[in-house]
Amino acid sequence: MTIEKWPASKIARKVIENQKLFILDVRNHDAFEDWKIEGHQFEYLNIPYFELLDGIEEILPKIPTDQDVLVVCAKEGSSKMVAEMLSDAGRDVAYLEGGMKSWSMHLEPIKVGDLTDGGEIYQFVRLGKGCLSYMVISGDEAAVIDAVRFKDVFLEFAKEKNVTIKHVFDTHLHADHISGGRQIAAATGASYYLSPKDAEEAVFDYTALEDGLTVQVGTSKIEVGALYSPGHTIGSTSFVIDNKYLLTGDILFIDSIGRPDLAGLAEDWVGDLRETLYRRYRELAEDLIVLPAHFMIIDELNEDGTVAKRLGDLFAENHGLNIKDEAEFRSVVTENLPPQPNAYQQIRQVNMGKITPDQDEQTEMEIGPNRCAVR
Amino acid sequence: MNSNKVVDAKGLSCPMPIVRTKKAMDTLNTGEVLEVNVTDKGALADFPAWAKAGGHTVLEHTENDGVITFFIQKG
Repeated sequence: MTIEKWPASKIARKVIENQKLFILDVRNHDAFEDWKIEGHQFEYLNIPYFELLDGIEEILPKIPTDQDVLVVCAKEGSSKMVAEMLSDAGRDVAYLEGGMKSWSMHLEPIKVGDLTDGGEIYQFVRLGKGCLSYMVISGDEAAVIDAVRFKDVFLEFAKEKNVTIKHVFDTHLHADHISGGRQIAAATGASYYLSPKDAEEAVFDYTALEDGLTVQVGTSKIEVGALYSPGHTIGSTSFVIDNKYLLTGDILFIDSIGRPDLAGLAEDWVGDLRETLYRRYRELAEDLIVLPAHFMIIDELNEDGTVAKRLGDLFAENHGLNIKDEAEFRSVVTENLPPQPNAYQQIRQVNMGKITPDQDEQTEMEIGPNRCAVR
Repeated sequence: MNSNKVVDAKGLSCPMPIVRTKKAMDTLNTGEVLEVNVTDKGALADFPAWAKAGGHTVLEHTENDGVITFFIQKG
């Protein structure tokens, strides 16, 4: 029967459109437990490919015939082999082109909303890694915030929209993924802004991102305003865009809050995190729409695939914003920390310009989930 | 370490290193040792998991200049 090769973009649409999919993941159990393709209505079977070398007859009864079946492995080779075996056994199957490696790299641009005078804001959802990047467009200009390392996606999107990228920001020095900010700025001549507090060891030139800095994008003067909001890192900075959106970086997520330990000691920054979440953010308008730099679980996605929620709703619903007792807050964010992201120390070095790994090495570093939050 | 057979899977990508190793292992007797040389990084996690699932024992595992070497005793 037929075998199809599906690109990551096709699976992204299935996630966003809430479709069903049966995933036969043939990586080893540890890899599967650590990180897999998450979908609202996805079902899974994890059997390592090396347990199927003698045949797939035993697992045939577990594989449905009434829905799409996708075979997934790390880089494609093993999933193709298993897909061929299933096809020989009379099944229609697909396998993931490029494997989890390509899933980790796929970016899906989704429009979040309109801004004053025809401006727009887009969220680039990296489903496989849970990273969220942003582009603000107004007139013939654009600003990019928290870009992941696939700079061409942003450059091409700007070209498609007939805009020039003028400003590139990172809300903080990322530890879970490699920033594309510096490369986008270099390719477009845009300014690259980073908090000096986070960039102390950075070996490249950048524009200092300070509290209260505002830049304007396009003729309609959409304002991007910086708000110092430490806690995840000492330099973490949020952005208020067009008085409508609040880009929180890794400080506040939809269903969790930022962890304070990836660039230093949790104990040192937990006070800053508390101050940001319980005082600085409280002073902001509750109608601001929060746009974080990550999501952790698929339930954080809205129906249109975006990750966005009203600040006032988060004050009411996000557990991390509702821990009245300061001592309890301190223990939650310092004692229940999940494992750290893969290669997070090296990734910080890359983002400071101190090491320059090739593309394959960068891909290896970014394998796995982002783990920037504490719940 | 001495081995009864050597599999050169250098330059091969997943799943071929394990496919070749399995074929070679099928020709050995219980207690005999297979040496495998592989360059695909996926082998680091997959070989121990494969050996465990098949009841084999990884006696030694070294890395040198990008070449990963396993000595696996047939179970």
